[in-house]
Amino acid sequence: MNRFWSLLFLCVPVLGMGAYLASYFDVWPMQSTWLPENVSVGGRTIDRLFNLIHLICAVIFVSTTTVLAVALWIYRSSNRQRASHVHSNTRLEIIWSIIPAGILIFLALYQYESWANDKIRRPMENGKPKPPTALIIAKQFGWEVYYPGLDGKLGTKDDIYVENELYVPENEDVVLQLESRDVIHSLFVPVLRIKQDIVPGMTHYCWFRAENADPNKNYEIACTELCGRGHYRMKGWLHIVPREQFDQVMLELGTARISTKLPTKE
Amino acid sequence: MVDEGHTVEIHHPPQRGGVLGFVTKYIFATDHKIIGIQFLFSTLIWFAIGGFLALAIRWQLAWPWSDMPIFGNWLFAAEGGQITPEFYSMLFTMHGTIMIFFVVIPVLAGAFGNFLIPLMIGADDMAFPKLNMLSYWFMWPAFILMTMSFFSPGYGPGAGWTAYPPLSVINDAIPGSGDAQSLWTLGLVFVGISSMLGSLNYMTTIIQMRAPGMTMFRMPMTVWALFITALLQAFALPVLTSALLMQLSDRELGTGFYLAEGLSANNATAVAGGGQPLLWQHLFWFYSHPAVYIMILPAMGFVSDILSCFSRKPLFGYRPMVFSICGIAGLGFIVWGHHMFISGMNPVLGLTFMVSTMLIALPSGVKVFNWLATLWGGKIQITSPLLFAAGFVAMFIIGGLSGIVMAATTVNQYVTETYFIVAHFHYVLFAGSVLGMFAGFYYWFPKMFGRMMNDTWGKVHFVMTFVFLNGTFFPMHFLGNRGFPRRYADPYQYEQFADLLPMNQFMTICAFGMAAAQLIFLINFFGCMFFGKRAEQNPWKANTLEWMADSPPPHGNFTTQPTIYRGPYEYSQPKRSDDYWPQFEP
Repeated sequence: MNRFWSLLFLCVPVLGMGAYLASYFDVWPMQSTWLPENVSVGGRTIDRLFNLIHLICAVIFVSTTTVLAVALWIYRSSNRQRASHVHSNTRLEIIWSIIPAGILIFLALYQYESWANDKIRRPMENGKPKPPTALIIAKQFGWEVYYPGLDGKLGTKDDIYVENELYVPENEDVVLQLESRDVIHSLFVPVLRIKQDIVPGMTHYCWFRAENADPNKNYEIACTELCGRGHYRMKGWLHIVPREQFDQVMLELGTARISTKLPTKE
Repeated sequence: MVDEGHTVEIHHPPQRGGVLGFVTKYIFATDHKIIGIQFLFSTLIWFAIGGFLALAIRWQLAWPWSDMPIFGNWLFAAEGGQITPEFYSMLFTMHGTIMIFFVVIPVLAGAFGNFLIPLMIGADDMAFPKLNMLSYWFMWPAFILMTMSFFSPGYGPGAGWTAYPPLSVINDAIPGSGDAQSLWTLGLVFVGISSMLGSLNYMTTIIQMRAPGMTMFRMPMTVWALFITALLQAFALPVLTSALLMQLSDRELGTGFYLAEGLSANNATAVAGGGQPLLWQHLFWFYSHPAVYIMILPAMGFVSDILSCFSRKPLFGYRPMVFSICGIAGLGFIVWGHHMFISGMNPVLGLTFMVSTMLIALPSGVKVFNWLATLWGGKIQITSPLLFAAGFVAMFIIGGLSGIVMAATTVNQYVTETYFIVAHFHYVLFAGSVLGMFAGFYYWFPKMFGRMMNDTWGKVHFVMTFVFLNGTFFPMHFLGNRGFPRRYADPYQYEQFADLLPMNQFMTICAFGMAAAQLIFLINFFGCMFFGKRAEQNPWKANTLEWMADSPPPHGNFTTQPTIYRGPYEYSQPKRSDDYWPQFEP
């Protein structure tokens, strides 16, 4: 019976790691449970970091949980007369403090560059921050999307307004301006790996560069900050299209609908 | 202060209170043990309520919009027995609130803290017994207000346990944003007062009332952990309390601490502006991140003592263990921003918070390595408390490692607000704190009630809980990998998440199994309270001071003044024939 317990604890690394490997290699019963399709340049970095951190964690996970199971196997009471009387070991304490500290600081510093690219260094154009491709105003429960129109400026008469449909050009830097009408929302596009909370009263910018996308596919946009009873159905659509098609769409939308709802801004 | 090593005259007669009537003994009790047990029973009731809420959440996620069994027709006759989206919001809001504020914090600090601290340091009671009584009775307004919140329009608040404004402040934002939200806020203020009174008592008692010879570095890890927890509460709680009062004032008095100019919600126009919703997040997490450690440190203390006792081996690295608890607590105050990486807070600040957060993994890791080293080379006795303690270690490793994934800002951007974070905090709080709590129940039950719990059923309870909790929570990591958002009443209407339904059904079945396991625990717990085998004074042959008192200890605890001669972990000392050497034996 005593073996049963160490075997039960051995299930933790075996099944846990098994599930993770099956998920990573897309094997039954864990197929398509790893990261979804990625269509952005920044997303590639996120995926790489995600896999790297998981690799490091997997090594620590398997080794520590296996030690636990083995300890329960070897040192169960029926095996031994008396426990060893050891209080501590300074060398061991130093080793298992310094090595994890090194790994953790490496992991933290390794995020700096990608985080700066994702959230701090907004793409530039002609020496100035690139103007937004679209303004998204989140509200209970949908996304108002405004495009600058022909003059390239938001807040003017020729702005184009569409509900829940975000078109962006592929292979170029896209900047989105985010605002909220009522409560906090959060823009989440899993295929782009971006997420940004939208706080009422604040203006946020997020940016990405889409690549390798399927122009005929509609990607889903979700809200990931609880915003009320319709939170779960605050769905939007992202269309990643080549530049020519994007211009075409803007032209069509522009003639079809002229925005009237844009709030006036000083 | 205490002086080491020699006997001191008894300061108080052991039966300080004399003979007590029923009301003073069991209801308005000032005896720390009774207050601890009062906390324990109250939290068990709320544990059951919080558990039912969790099952309802799981029901909706596995079989969305289908009639809920038993409760469906009673609660939602109008909707034909289905859960509504706003009811779903209430479910996860109240599940989180109850489990954190009414179960884990009061059971670890309130129940175990009260019961154990005086016994383990050799005091006859807390420093302020009346204040201690008040700390329990201040929970009752909270219980009543939270119950009233359930019966207010909307059946309870729906802004999440984090209650982010403006959703939680604007009265018309959601159906549960009316009275239910105000009652919720007020209820938490009372929980805060209760915890504050408790923590003052714990700090004073531990600093001032240790028995002769009980130096700080002879205190068991449980007492150290409860001491640091009390410090955390004392410094973090005022911030939450003032934040809650500001929220209440925004709601009821029309102030605008958390509201920006010119908002409207649900077509109701705005309210006073000039505030900032992010202010709430900063204040809330300034408390609620230390609260995470308030909820795990005591369990770490129990686990340290239990592992050492049942491997009959000194706790490995006692001082590093103490310092790592202090390190976790200290760092715990400068990491709150990791809840806000993508909140709109300055992203440069996020980098600072990431470094401090990563560093907190260091003392946590030191604790895990020391626990493993404690077991290594021991003479391990497989009992229910040991199994739960070892289970805690295994599960805390998982919860700790997923914490590293969350701490990395860039990756956090993708996995935050998905089921990955839900997996992370359930591994820390359920598979961590709650397993630690069970370990504590099985271990100290003999001292609390003078009888033993049934060990075989304890083991059955452990296997079922352990297997089903992993079945419920482990798949959440994979949901998170796919970006599956949390707090969605129906995630499957997104094409990209529709294929994850079968996995959710599996998790729900496991969750029901986990609930069934807790029935075994309840029967064992209450059955053995009356019919269990009578416990000796020291049934586990443990070293710490509480085992010197009778089981259960009388009012006043010790019949003779205890004197402490050594640290709490002298197991298997080669010079002795017994494999333990209690702190109180010369």
